Amino acid sequence: MEFKDYYAIMGVARDATQDEIKRAYRKLARKYHPDVSKEKNAEAQFKEVGEAYEVLKDPEKRAAYDRLASGWQPGEEFRPPPDWDAGFEFSGGGVGPEAGSAFSDFFESLFGRGRSGGAGGARGATFRARGQDHHAKVLVDLEDSLHGATRAITLRMPELTPDGHVTTRERTLNVRIPQGVRAGQQIRLAGHGGPGIGKAASGDLYLEVEFRPHPLFRVDGIDLYLELPVAPWEAALGATVQVPTPGGPVDLKIPPGSAQDRKLRLKGRGIPAREPGDLYVVLRIALPRADSERAKAFYRRMQEELNFDPRAGLGR
Amino acid sequence: MASQSLSVLTGVVLDECTLVTFTELCQCCDVEGEVVAEMVDVGILEPSGRGPGEWRFAADSLRRAATAVRLQRDLGVNLAGAALALELLERIERLEARLRALQRY
Repeated sequence: MEFKDYYAIMGVARDATQDEIKRAYRKLARKYHPDVSKEKNAEAQFKEVGEAYEVLKDPEKRAAYDRLASGWQPGEEFRPPPDWDAGFEFSGGGVGPEAGSAFSDFFESLFGRGRSGGAGGARGATFRARGQDHHAKVLVDLEDSLHGATRAITLRMPELTPDGHVTTRERTLNVRIPQGVRAGQQIRLAGHGGPGIGKAASGDLYLEVEFRPHPLFRVDGIDLYLELPVAPWEAALGATVQVPTPGGPVDLKIPPGSAQDRKLRLKGRGIPAREPGDLYVVLRIALPRADSERAKAFYRRMQEELNFDPRAGLGR
Repeated sequence: MASQSLSVLTGVVLDECTLVTFTELCQCCDVEGEVVAEMVDVGILEPSGRGPGEWRFAADSLRRAATAVRLQRDLGVNLAGAALALELLERIERLEARLRALQRY
């Protein structure tokens, strides 16, 4: 177990006032809150800050920690001395971070485990509580939504053992990914959340779907976008070219006189639904390189014969 | 666990067509009824139906509600503040999606 420097984590001095600690926490909480943050590892950082604040905001815990901290460096192997907390009085019981999130081993070796949820009251035979709902994100391929699929999904769940310890349990579920599911939507698996207490029902498991980036298609809601490179003469003169779609290649007619970024819609070839999404093909005009004498000569001829001013609209 | 990994679980997709009741929503977000009523008041949730007993929530709003609850709990904002944050977050999400699209083309 590593020693944790809670002051460094919160970016405050060792003699910071309680108000300074509170302000630092508020700021860091906003920065790393998983719902708001774009930082890498936001969730882990948020937990770490929460843990540091849990100790430093409480004068009793802070004093005990301070006495202990004088002997350790961050990252150093840590083992609490047997009587480290002698002489300190902690009011109240466990701290109980929000359900399902446990503090670090370091924290727990010092302050014990927070009793969270109804586990503390579970001893009475009449006590019943429905199990907690669990939430997880799952990454699936776009194809899974297009065709429907069954995927093995491995989840790591914090779990309370009978003696009140928190462990992480891995479980693998075979889950049907329904056709037409969209990014951001949740799949509810009734009864697959946390177990109920007493004879109460288990909670539900909610899986939030996210797509892995697809090599060809970009997803926007139920619509798909494909970038299609075309030659200048295909755009100018019109052409019929083969285009990949989720259901296999199709022939697409490019109208003569098409400009860069022109969007062509293939109706109903997006994500399946009662009103299925569309596939938009966006034209990208690719220029042939002038890397040979013939090609250069050809470009010179275009210059002479086309009377083309790309900057005509800029004014003089 | 072995039996679980063999069978295939089929869930319900919570899209805008699936409706959940007041009780289900409370349970899912792990909050008391008053909190849900307040979320309706500040416009985080827009149920159909007249009173709590008749309220039906589009299932895709479960996610909004859960986020609002977390923001309130972790950041010390009230639900009106959480509603504002949610709207701004959703706007950022839309803008970023457009930005990603523009950067690709």
